[in-house]
Amino acid sequence: MTATRPMPVTGPMPVTGPMPVTGPMPVTGPMPVTGPMPVTGPSAVMPAATRAPRRLPRLLAGIGTGGLEEHERRHGPLPGRGRRPERLIDIVEAAGLTGRGGAGFPAGRKMRSVAAGPGRKAVVANGAEGEPASRKDRLLLNRLPHLVLDGITLAAQAVGADEAYLCVHGREGALLDRLDHVMAERQAAGLDPVPIQVAGLPGRYVSSEQSSIVQYLNGGPAKPTFAPPRPHERGVNGKPTLVHNVETLAHLALIARRGARWFRGAGLPSAPGSMLVTVSGAVIRPGVYEIEMGMTAGEVIRLAGGPAEPLRALLIGGYFGAWLPAETAWPVPMTHAGLRAAGGALGAGIVIAWPAAACPIAGTARVVRYLAEESAGQCGPCVFGLPALADALDSLAFSGGRDGDIGEIAALIPLVERRGACRHPDGATQLVRSLLTAFPADVRWHQRQGACDSVRHPPLLPLPGDDERDGDWA
Amino acid sequence: MSVTLHVNPIACVGHGVCAELLPEVVELDRWGYPILVSAAIPRPLLNHARRAVQACPTLALLIEKKAGKHR
Repeated sequence: MTATRPMPVTGPMPVTGPMPVTGPMPVTGPMPVTGPMPVTGPSAVMPAATRAPRRLPRLLAGIGTGGLEEHERRHGPLPGRGRRPERLIDIVEAAGLTGRGGAGFPAGRKMRSVAAGPGRKAVVANGAEGEPASRKDRLLLNRLPHLVLDGITLAAQAVGADEAYLCVHGREGALLDRLDHVMAERQAAGLDPVPIQVAGLPGRYVSSEQSSIVQYLNGGPAKPTFAPPRPHERGVNGKPTLVHNVETLAHLALIARRGARWFRGAGLPSAPGSMLVTVSGAVIRPGVYEIEMGMTAGEVIRLAGGPAEPLRALLIGGYFGAWLPAETAWPVPMTHAGLRAAGGALGAGIVIAWPAAACPIAGTARVVRYLAEESAGQCGPCVFGLPALADALDSLAFSGGRDGDIGEIAALIPLVERRGACRHPDGATQLVRSLLTAFPADVRWHQRQGACDSVRHPPLLPLPGDDERDGDWA
Repeated sequence: MSVTLHVNPIACVGHGVCAELLPEVVELDRWGYPILVSAAIPRPLLNHARRAVQACPTLALLIEKKAGKHR
């Protein structure tokens, strides 16, 4: 009995139970990390890429007030004079840049398919950042807006666009004001030959999905649409439309200046460059960090100052991501392939350190309830399936002791998965599947005995408040 | 050439006509929305599939012919 009981918490800290680990490396206290690079300790699991001298920061190197003068002093003027604009697509392909919004699709190939379409094109920079635990896009837009806007202009010229949009969360009033100022600054300097419009999207989880953005910019609700046509075929105003995450475009602005070889000088050959990660949860210094692709998840936790208390698991990839037990996650390289192989997902680089003192079933139940509320309400399996899944998880987490819950969860997953127009239901089921895989002992305990003591831990996973969520989709 | 059946889940509101007309391929889930047992339609069922597509009140059932060079 005791052996299967997760975390018999009597005090503030768990005493025994399955896996209250601190990670395979004995990192429990704050690490003396002062620079932006991780301490390169005697770790055997660290890939070669992180052992080399400082190659980072790249994107975050110019972080300051975000002014144009400062930006140009650091990075030089907008490049590309004397080069055919479409040549940039070759360079981006050679660099091996992949989308930093979550899906990880090759950025150059996406540009090429848009450029090959008929007539004039449109470019959309996606900075709406619907994932509640992500902060990287807001950081870029607030502190390095010119890097993103350089990227928009370069991409627009490369694919042959005659209009471009920068989409942000419509409730970020201060950011919208700031971007107005930034746009005025660039207009005065004559930097953007293709007009760029800033658009504030409704604050809903699925509004930052690319087909939602296209439908919104076309005057409709910010809800996903049924494909085909996909945005690269027919998007904004019927034009072939390139939708890139703002971080992808910021990388593009640096690649255009420094070239493919430079970009490949960081990261892994199979996953080159750097990426921004948002680290939160039980770490000493939560925040946005720039890492080389392929750095291990354990190193990311160290970079954020190490665990603030004993860790049990990492939730990587956000609410479309997956739970990984800490000892599984620690050596996993932060690449799409690396996380997939470990049963996880890189997503937009969200890493949440989960303490041993908190119940992951309760955490997941809260998130799935939120995801159910955030359904666009268009597809039956999502409309009915996600609330049913949330009910079953609530029951397992907080009431428990009902043998039916696990069966119900297992029955609901295939009824929801891949049955919506967008990937919203699939993200929820991936999270739930990973919960069942990562914490089988907890699940059994909850099913037989009811809620564990650690459900009382205050909620850790960030969810937007009602004031940040729009009831309106238009 | 192969013929496949698809559901537009946004258009579908769960009338269930497809499951009536094409029970060999379409089952309904607990809420009344169609689950396609297999997307590929066997030749003998082709006419039944076409009838189900035409009968869908919201035009949510789609038939796609895939020739070798399609798309």
